[in-house]
Amino acid sequence: MPRSYLDFERPIAELTSKIEELSSMGEDAGVNIAEEVEKLRTKRDKLIKQIYAKVDRWQMTQLARHPDRPYFLDYVPLMFDGFQELHGDRAFGDDGAIVGGMAYFREHAVMLVGHQKGRDTKEKIRRNFGMARPEGYRKALRLFQLAERFEMPVMTFIDTAGAWPGVDAEERGQSEAIARNLMELSAIRVPVICTVIGEGGSGGALAIGVGDRLYMQEFTTYSVISPEGCAAILWHDREYAEQAAEALKPTAKDLKDLNLIDGIIPEPMGGAHGDVEKTAELMGDVLEQALSGLLATPLPDLLEQRQKRLRQLGLFSSAG
Amino acid sequence: MNWITRLIERPSTMLGGSKQDMPEGLWIKCPDCCEAVYNKEMQRSLMVCPKCGHHHRISAAQRAEFLFDANTFEQLDTDLRSQDPLDFRDKKKYRDRIKDASKKVGDEDSVRNYLGDIGGQTVSASIFEFGFMGGSMGAVAGEKIVLGMERALERRCPYLLVTASGGARMQEGVLSLMQMAKTSAVAKRLKDARIPFICLLTHPTMGGVSASIAWLGDIILAEPGALIGFAGPRVIKETVNQELPEGFQRAEFLLQHGLIDDIVDRRELRDGLKNLFGQLLQRIYRQAEG
Repeated sequence: MPRSYLDFERPIAELTSKIEELSSMGEDAGVNIAEEVEKLRTKRDKLIKQIYAKVDRWQMTQLARHPDRPYFLDYVPLMFDGFQELHGDRAFGDDGAIVGGMAYFREHAVMLVGHQKGRDTKEKIRRNFGMARPEGYRKALRLFQLAERFEMPVMTFIDTAGAWPGVDAEERGQSEAIARNLMELSAIRVPVICTVIGEGGSGGALAIGVGDRLYMQEFTTYSVISPEGCAAILWHDREYAEQAAEALKPTAKDLKDLNLIDGIIPEPMGGAHGDVEKTAELMGDVLEQALSGLLATPLPDLLEQRQKRLRQLGLFSSAG
Repeated sequence: MNWITRLIERPSTMLGGSKQDMPEGLWIKCPDCCEAVYNKEMQRSLMVCPKCGHHHRISAAQRAEFLFDANTFEQLDTDLRSQDPLDFRDKKKYRDRIKDASKKVGDEDSVRNYLGDIGGQTVSASIFEFGFMGGSMGAVAGEKIVLGMERALERRCPYLLVTASGGARMQEGVLSLMQMAKTSAVAKRLKDARIPFICLLTHPTMGGVSASIAWLGDIILAEPGALIGFAGPRVIKETVNQELPEGFQRAEFLLQHGLIDDIVDRRELRDGLKNLFGQLLQRIYRQAEG
């Protein structure tokens, strides 16, 4: 499948097609093509570095939503063995927007839960573009509790524009489903590691995002509301999304500065969509280290630390 | 003592009330049934239209007056102030929005904490003030809710949460979102400690407040006609591109869909709460005595 390029990635796309053109001319062209191609590649790498070094918050939002960005299920075969998907909430249905199941992560049996947006049109519809309904969050909760019974650490992967804003979701208690997950995750008796791998969209993200560790990949965002939604409310115009993105400070670096995440997981040059294998390896290494640390912590300490961590969230002053 | 005698005893607070949402003049036209109602009569029925039962919005201060037994309650935790961690500005600076809201409402943020008696039972309560930036929950509101819950844990008394909120406060970014996790974590401690926790959802209760602490009570009540939901009706309409069902996201709709325990008329709320607290705590009282 041909790659898609964002507006600010255009110069990269142009160089890439030039390289491809030259390479396809082959040896019969007479001139020293290999050398020329090598030159262009070096130039492209420099360009990628330059462009990615100064992406602004709106560009970061677009990168987090990049159509070529790897999704949860792209990482599963690269990071885990023996994945067995577990479907359904046992009450209403199976929500394709959230995928869950058990697997081995570098020798540890773990429970995985992640959003899944869907790649092609058909899959996007089946997965509702990664926007979960109550049954999705209830499936996640069922799997968290299963993991708790069998002492399996939980690893979640966040990538959603938000919880589905639909009539059906409201009728089945979207609020209740999210609220319950927040409460139960705060005290679940196994380590929980959460990672934002794309879009961290508000309550729909948080519903599988409460745990002992929270990481964000380098080119991802986490926000209380989408820049478009924020612009519509505060500027009365969605066209102000760029300004809203700046104001909301939703990047991994922003959240690190606010001390809301434990770390930023580096991505290969040019972002996760350039090299999925390398991205999976970089993420796996960070998560493995986090997991070993949490597994070495006695359970009562783990739970106490999690409660403390949640209790101290927020910045305010005391007028005295 | 019922609300009538309380009214007679403290006419100044009842009739003076707070400035916002309190129509002036001798007569009020009910926006729902369009009947003209004598102002004093409206206030005597706790700002519920005596003709049609429409529940008018009231301030957190009025709510406290209506809820607690006379001279038994005090406001607490008033020293917390919102910071501006993101240095947020849209068309207006967040700092200025806070200043303006404080001036307008007289409160420092969107939640008031109280300790007082309801039907003789001491209760720790947090009440949202919708007039303060749409009752949005930022770090101060989150902290106050937690302090209210922790007070209930310490004193082993029930916790009452009265919501009226548009959701998380955008101007504090992810820090606001995290208040959902923070309050929910402490709700778990209430559950484990068997502290009765009752939520009263009033108009409106949406977004991040709805999808966290509002739904974690042991018992969830709502006022008639209150709009309650995760996504706002306009957002849903734009997303699904279809007309919304009649009465969608109203308290009655939620009751029908099995999402709340009951709808309670404001005029019967005190007696209702007294009854519920008594029932929830009877066994625990006996154990304490035995």
